[in-house]
Amino acid sequence: MIDMTQTQTVSGNIVPSSMTQVGIITKYTFLDYFRSRRFFILLAITILISALLTILVGYYRPAAFVSSGPLSFYSSWWGNSTTFVVVLSGIFFGGDAISGEFQNKTGYFGIPNPIRRSSIYVGKYFAAFIASTIILGIFTAITVGNGLFYFGLNIPYQFGESLLFAWFYLIAVLGFTFLFSSIFKSSAMSILVTAILFLFAFNLLQTLVSALVQIEPWFILTYGAQIIGNVLMVPYPAHSATIDAGRISLTTYNVTIPEGLAIIVAYFILTAVLGLLLFERKEFT
Amino acid sequence: MTNPSVEAVNLTKKFGVFTAVSNLNLKIEGSKCVGFLGPNGAGKTTTLKMFTDLIRSSSGQALINGVNVHTNKKEALASVGTLIETPEIYPSLTPREGLSMIAEIRGVPAAERKKRIEEAVAEVRMEEWIDKRVGKFSKGMKQRICIASALLSNPSILLLDEPSTGLDPRGMSEVREIVKSLKSKKRLIFMSSHMLSEVSEICDEVAMIDHGKLIVYDTIPNVTAKFSGGGNVVEVGLQRPIDETVLVNTIARLPDVIGADKKDEKTFILRFSGGSDIQERLLSDLVRLNIGVISYKPSASELEDAYLKLITATL
Repeated sequence: MIDMTQTQTVSGNIVPSSMTQVGIITKYTFLDYFRSRRFFILLAITILISALLTILVGYYRPAAFVSSGPLSFYSSWWGNSTTFVVVLSGIFFGGDAISGEFQNKTGYFGIPNPIRRSSIYVGKYFAAFIASTIILGIFTAITVGNGLFYFGLNIPYQFGESLLFAWFYLIAVLGFTFLFSSIFKSSAMSILVTAILFLFAFNLLQTLVSALVQIEPWFILTYGAQIIGNVLMVPYPAHSATIDAGRISLTTYNVTIPEGLAIIVAYFILTAVLGLLLFERKEFT
Repeated sequence: MTNPSVEAVNLTKKFGVFTAVSNLNLKIEGSKCVGFLGPNGAGKTTTLKMFTDLIRSSSGQALINGVNVHTNKKEALASVGTLIETPEIYPSLTPREGLSMIAEIRGVPAAERKKRIEEAVAEVRMEEWIDKRVGKFSKGMKQRICIASALLSNPSILLLDEPSTGLDPRGMSEVREIVKSLKSKKRLIFMSSHMLSEVSEICDEVAMIDHGKLIVYDTIPNVTAKFSGGGNVVEVGLQRPIDETVLVNTIARLPDVIGADKKDEKTFILRFSGGSDIQERLLSDLVRLNIGVISYKPSASELEDAYLKLITATL
């Protein structure tokens, strides 16, 4: 819980409110991102992805990008790569945010001070969120820049919705990575597990559950994130479709916007609360 | 202003079936330096970690100035500087930035922050490194910056966990001098250590712990008087060589003196019966003898003797 009260010390210092302390942790974590070049490495990766797309689309002029209208352009460009940028941000800034405090022993420097653990957790979360938002903002700017080049100011409103959903997804992804970072004491382990989950396991599980067991994978975050790409499709894809392939039938599910938002919000709340509780109870042994 | 205090009330910590600290009851109060002694695994660091929110107690209370660390951490640790194990500062930051973060968290006024940081860094003799990145520092340098961090808010209580461990001999000596200088600033220092010579040189009192249980808490003279071979022992350093006849005929015959033995040309060991009042009077007597007294400190070997007897007794 974040309190607003200040504490007067014997030496006359006034320990700031927990809200202020959250800001202090955010500021210095952000400074660490810049100094450790973590921010710039991800920025370089984002620019590299954007540059590759710019060059490929500019050179080959694929029909889906440049011949079928602005919505198709944004769907092909943004819908296919945004979630990857979001997940990378989550891994870069959230993967070891908490586990690093244990493994690198930086927690011994910060924790034994008049500051709640929750302030440290929330401060670090905000720093990761701001840094990731800047990265997402830069990716958005390059996407829009290309869109302006091919289609002028004709930016479909669905792109605005998709951007907003991507931002919500970022909030949930960071909540999730912070939870896993709280579970492990090893930075490498928390980063690896998070990366495997988001880049492979969730997608595989989602495909298996929907196609073979024919259950809607409403419990998987990446399924909820499909709204980022789906909202750029007209008409919006059907909720489910079953294909008979001989003796077996394969079902694919498309998350609806309310469903997708509910999954993202639920994941954020659940992971934020669990992560915070774990960090509050975790011991520096 | 009330006396600074650190108090453990039935403090217990269990790791599964292993009890690291068992019903520890200890109250330390006032401006003094208390050494926290015990063998490896005795529960010293675990106890200090419970006082600093690094681990939670299984039961009981860790109170600082009467405030429970676990239920009201911000208030409890507001006037406490800590050094537990060897903390790491974010390697990409400089000492100025790392200390600035702690100063802001602790509410050091913005107008004083720069001055306080520079003073604290000067106190640990790291001025020339203040704007270099911590990642390049040796363990000893990091330890000093962490001591500076503990001093930053001018705390009334210092909790130090083996502050000189891992340092080279020069670093150990410097840290010892720093801790000694802190004593003169009206603080309560609670310091765990393996080094009995360090404790007997710096501390006024000792608390000994073994198997998570408090064995004794008293002044060093009282502990050595009760548990060592006999009497209290001080080591007296002189500016010039001691005359054997003065040692045998005068010093050894001073009231309450049990014996006086030459250690080397300029040092002798004085064994006496009684507490700190007698110790104080004997110092005056020796000074009056004009033998060139330049140091007068409890002998580590006596504390060691007491320590070994107490620890062996609990095995």
